[in-house]
Amino acid sequence: MSGRAGRVLRAAIPLGFLGVFFVWPVAAIIGRSLTAGALHDVFVDRGLRHVAWFTLWQAVAATGLTLAVGLPAAYVVARYEFPGRRLFRAFVTVPFVLPTVVVATAFLVLFRPGGALSFLGWQRGVAPMMVAEVFFNVAVVVRMVGGFWSNLDPHRTDAARVLGASRGRAFREVTLPLLGPAIMAAASIVFLFTFTAFGVVLLLADPAHATLEVEIYRQGVQLFDLPVAAALALVQMVGVVALLATMARMQERRAVTQRLVAARDAARRPRGGERWVVAGVLGATTLFLGGPLVVLAGESVRVGGSWSLAAYRALGSASTDTLFVPASDALVNSLGFAALAACIAVVVGGLASVVIASRPGRATRAMDTLLMLPLGTSAVTVGFGFLVALDRWPLDLRAKTILVPIAQSVVAIPFVVRAVVPAIRSIDPRLRDAAALLGAPPRRVWREVDLPIALRAFTVGFGFAIAVSLGEFGATLFVARPDSPTIPIAISRFLARPGALNVGQAMAMSTILMVVTGAVVLAIEQVRVRQLGEL
Amino acid sequence: MNRSRPVLAAVFVLGAALAGGACSGSGSGSKASSKTVVLMTHDSFKASPAVLAQFTRETGYKVKLLKSGDAGKALSEALLVKDHPVADALFGVDNTFLGRALDNGLFSEYAAKGIENVPARFRLDPKQRVTPIDHGDVCVNDDLAWFGHDGHPPAPESLSDLAEPAYRKLLVVENPASSSPGLAFVLATIAAFGENGWHDYWQQLRKNGVRVDDGWEQAYESDFTAAGVSGDRPLVVSYATDPAADVVFSEGKKKVPTVGVVPGTCFGQIEFAGVLEHAKNPAGARALIDFMLTRRFQQDVPLQMYVYPVLPKALLPPVFTKYAVPPARPLALSARVIGSHRTDWIDEWTRIVLQ
Repeated sequence: MSGRAGRVLRAAIPLGFLGVFFVWPVAAIIGRSLTAGALHDVFVDRGLRHVAWFTLWQAVAATGLTLAVGLPAAYVVARYEFPGRRLFRAFVTVPFVLPTVVVATAFLVLFRPGGALSFLGWQRGVAPMMVAEVFFNVAVVVRMVGGFWSNLDPHRTDAARVLGASRGRAFREVTLPLLGPAIMAAASIVFLFTFTAFGVVLLLADPAHATLEVEIYRQGVQLFDLPVAAALALVQMVGVVALLATMARMQERRAVTQRLVAARDAARRPRGGERWVVAGVLGATTLFLGGPLVVLAGESVRVGGSWSLAAYRALGSASTDTLFVPASDALVNSLGFAALAACIAVVVGGLASVVIASRPGRATRAMDTLLMLPLGTSAVTVGFGFLVALDRWPLDLRAKTILVPIAQSVVAIPFVVRAVVPAIRSIDPRLRDAAALLGAPPRRVWREVDLPIALRAFTVGFGFAIAVSLGEFGATLFVARPDSPTIPIAISRFLARPGALNVGQAMAMSTILMVVTGAVVLAIEQVRVRQLGEL
Repeated sequence: MNRSRPVLAAVFVLGAALAGGACSGSGSGSKASSKTVVLMTHDSFKASPAVLAQFTRETGYKVKLLKSGDAGKALSEALLVKDHPVADALFGVDNTFLGRALDNGLFSEYAAKGIENVPARFRLDPKQRVTPIDHGDVCVNDDLAWFGHDGHPPAPESLSDLAEPAYRKLLVVENPASSSPGLAFVLATIAAFGENGWHDYWQQLRKNGVRVDDGWEQAYESDFTAAGVSGDRPLVVSYATDPAADVVFSEGKKKVPTVGVVPGTCFGQIEFAGVLEHAKNPAGARALIDFMLTRRFQQDVPLQMYVYPVLPKALLPPVFTKYAVPPARPLALSARVIGSHRTDWIDEWTRIVLQ
């Protein structure tokens, strides 16, 4: 599979997958619904212009805030050894997968009158919405930037310091440019998530605020005005494509080949004043991310105002029939879907990454943009697209369970790509040349040089793919599906019924989701450390 | 130089193991046959497994459920693919959305067995394209432990009371653009105050500090003092059956509910099922709808979905007869009137209350 045929195949698999499970469905639903009149209406409607503007500025602001909160933690995780470092990395990922409705509840508990943060006066509005967006997305920055940072050779900064550069200057002029591609990769994902914000807007902002995603949902699902929904979806996609194309170009231009080192060699115990920095950053991040998690866990052991394990008992007992199936089935379903979705994402995204990283140019940039697009496309568009497009043999998948992990993998692929491409691009070509010179055929060069370096990035991508699936991102909540509830679906079903015990069970399920996510991410880290220890 | 080989092997083994596990975990029963009836419905649909098993025993058909979000979303999806439907029957269209379903030709006509036993007030479609299955009432609920205690005012007793200064900042409602109880409550105010009076009423509610949440979950389970985890509002738009649920889901702690219903605030909702036009298994769909009108299914409805059966003969569980008596005369509007004004009313409401 070397040479030209191999290259074509490596590009054909991801393009074919995305073509069938993303481009075709989206084109089908938009092509069928869009009318010139609706497009015109959308452009002249002042209310919708307001929506588009709000969508953009809140996404930019939330992305900036997420970087501000996430970068210090990424630095500490990448550069310092401290007890519980791996646990911290897993913990940071947990908020990322929690259902929005549950997190919103936790923030409402904190912000309500008499709550721990009531002094902020943020019960509903743009401020609590942004806080929640940062809460969800910090993981993206810490793990993607942190993962890359931990392989940067610290000797470069040391050299700059020896030559007389201040700490700040060494960071600005040495570390930051080298980190650039990873920061931009993380920022583009956070931007896409916040640009298509849905749940946080509905639950935490005041009802006068709406994003394009919210408006598409209202028009398409609630008012069933498909032409207007399609026009809005098109506006949303054009905005996303413009941004992605710029980002892909910038990342390509900023990519620097460099000597990457093993994470173990790059990290050391903090000394002197550094200890305070490390403790401060870890403490603040833990408090910010942990606060709402503690609230949730707390609510799960408080049923109807008094302490009790009734919610957990009810989850385990046969009398709970809200789900039709026991709660343990939801757990098994979730893990099964996650494993399958992550495997698809790693294979498809991995092949795509190799293509994108090895041949810069317009064609691969377009491919890069296409692979990212699902993150920036409204879930309604994709969900409706599946219904319209995947309805004939051999792809009659509308009512099939397999559609769930496929839809999840479409959203997970961008994570694999964004994690792996910067790593492959940074590999010094001289390493490859040396291997080739020593007589290694191309496939062997890839296996012996590229793969070991890319594997760390693959595990980051794999972890995110699992998380995306465990959290039921994107279109998966919008595909009509057979009754195989996952943990997030089970949570929403408990919340949809009145009574203290149901709320308690929703919170208990959320706590289980937190623990499972933490455990799975930790397990992936263990595998990675054992296998790549000597890299 | 060979150390990447075990790495590679480990990754493949891990991948294969995970994928294998996933397949065995999720690859169950997707083979559709004429012995399977696919029922599309919303997430709140529920029936006892034993009741569905009885349907299979009696008719030979197995029910496959396709659940798709809330009632509005399930309907939109069914409409989207109505020429090549993904299911055989749809359950969960209510009287506020009935017009949209019927005008788009979603259902085929079918006179269900036993329909003559259902009171005429539930049979809204003379052509029998839909069959009424259950009904409920959207009402303002109050926190009985809050009102009249600790110097708080007595509980309100009518829609008009809610606009009084004594109830300032006490009510939380749902956005009618996104929530079915939210829409039902707006319809209740239109039925009560007329097409000319409801604007004024909502202006007063707005001045009186009404809070608008996106959906029922947030209003009831976050903001309502009697049930919410961060509750600060003792009045919420919810359902007439909530007092019963308050007792059932209290883990045996409550013998009497602390949730009440404010009289004169209720709007009647009727839920329908129908055979989808172009269904692959219309015979199975008809059998399922017949079954939904049997006493066995109807008596299962109250404690599964917290609504009332449409069959008068169906017995209600004690917790319902004690604490969830249906309002004698709920507010009502004809499905036709709702259908032709729904969008305009929602737009007007949004202008008055949110902008």
